[in-house]
Amino acid sequence: MITLAHFIVLGAVLFCIAVAGVFINRKNVIVLLMAIELMLLAVNINFVAFSRFLGDVQGQVFVFFILTVAAAESAIGLAILTLLFRNRSTINVAEIDSMKG
Amino acid sequence: MNPQLIQLIMFYAFGAVAVGAALAVITLRNSVHAVLSLVLTFFSVACIWLLAEAEFLAIALIVVYVGAVMVLFLFVVMMLDIKMEQVREGFARYLPVGIIVALVMLAEMIGMIGVRAMGLHVMGEDPAAAAGLSNTAWLGHALYTQFLLPFEIAAIILTVGIVAAVALTLRHRGGVRHQSAAEQVAVDPRTRMRIVKMASETMPTETVPPVAPSQETSP
Repeated sequence: MITLAHFIVLGAVLFCIAVAGVFINRKNVIVLLMAIELMLLAVNINFVAFSRFLGDVQGQVFVFFILTVAAAESAIGLAILTLLFRNRSTINVAEIDSMKG
Repeated sequence: MNPQLIQLIMFYAFGAVAVGAALAVITLRNSVHAVLSLVLTFFSVACIWLLAEAEFLAIALIVVYVGAVMVLFLFVVMMLDIKMEQVREGFARYLPVGIIVALVMLAEMIGMIGVRAMGLHVMGEDPAAAAGLSNTAWLGHALYTQFLLPFEIAAIILTVGIVAAVALTLRHRGGVRHQSAAEQVAVDPRTRMRIVKMASETMPTETVPPVAPSQETSP
């Protein structure tokens, strides 16, 4: 029998893996973007599971919108990444400091 | 065998593949392999969504994410010439911190969720099937009635995303001959061609005398 806890725990495990990925790959922008995609996926698992167990369609509608916004976000992120690589010839986060933030 | 037991076994199988592929995403040296592992993660999670009878979203995840976004990632990874040894430095140094943070966070989350209490919620009948609809129809009814305005806004966001991505990566190089369609369309004929009004010329040799027009009108 699949219970609600199965889905939620799977989402939590994937989210924690993504957080660890942000920590250990802090130089590589591409892996950082992929870790963000993984976090969004973990959140989507929770939405789908709650939608299924509560019998409410709004959870799945929200997953649909998250997928849309994440697609736009990754397209713009990768465009910025190629622009950055063209100008600076690096994707090392430590060297991208021209804004002095 | 009990179908619910098979469902549970499949859940564990897909979940194990998803977690293993997610670990590969954050640890592999080669970025192309990391992207392919992410594809495997998305695919396994789509299978888990199929177990939860969210068919439309499972297919959308494969078509939109695996088909479009991950291919975009692959293009970018293969286009950029990344020096891995430079990007990988600090991996071993931050590894313990990352593992500790992830484990503590996982323990906190699972403690907060309260797995034992959540285990009481057994997956019941599919709400879409209970309403006499397929999952796609169930989702579509909500999307085109209650959520019509957010749906249109999502379309606008995608358009803005396309325009932004193209505008960011478009490159104007100097010293290259290219066609400017806007200037070509905006051309005004009066700036290109001038019509000169002038009297029609007669033959220079006067062999035939001109006939006076007044003689023809008289009867």
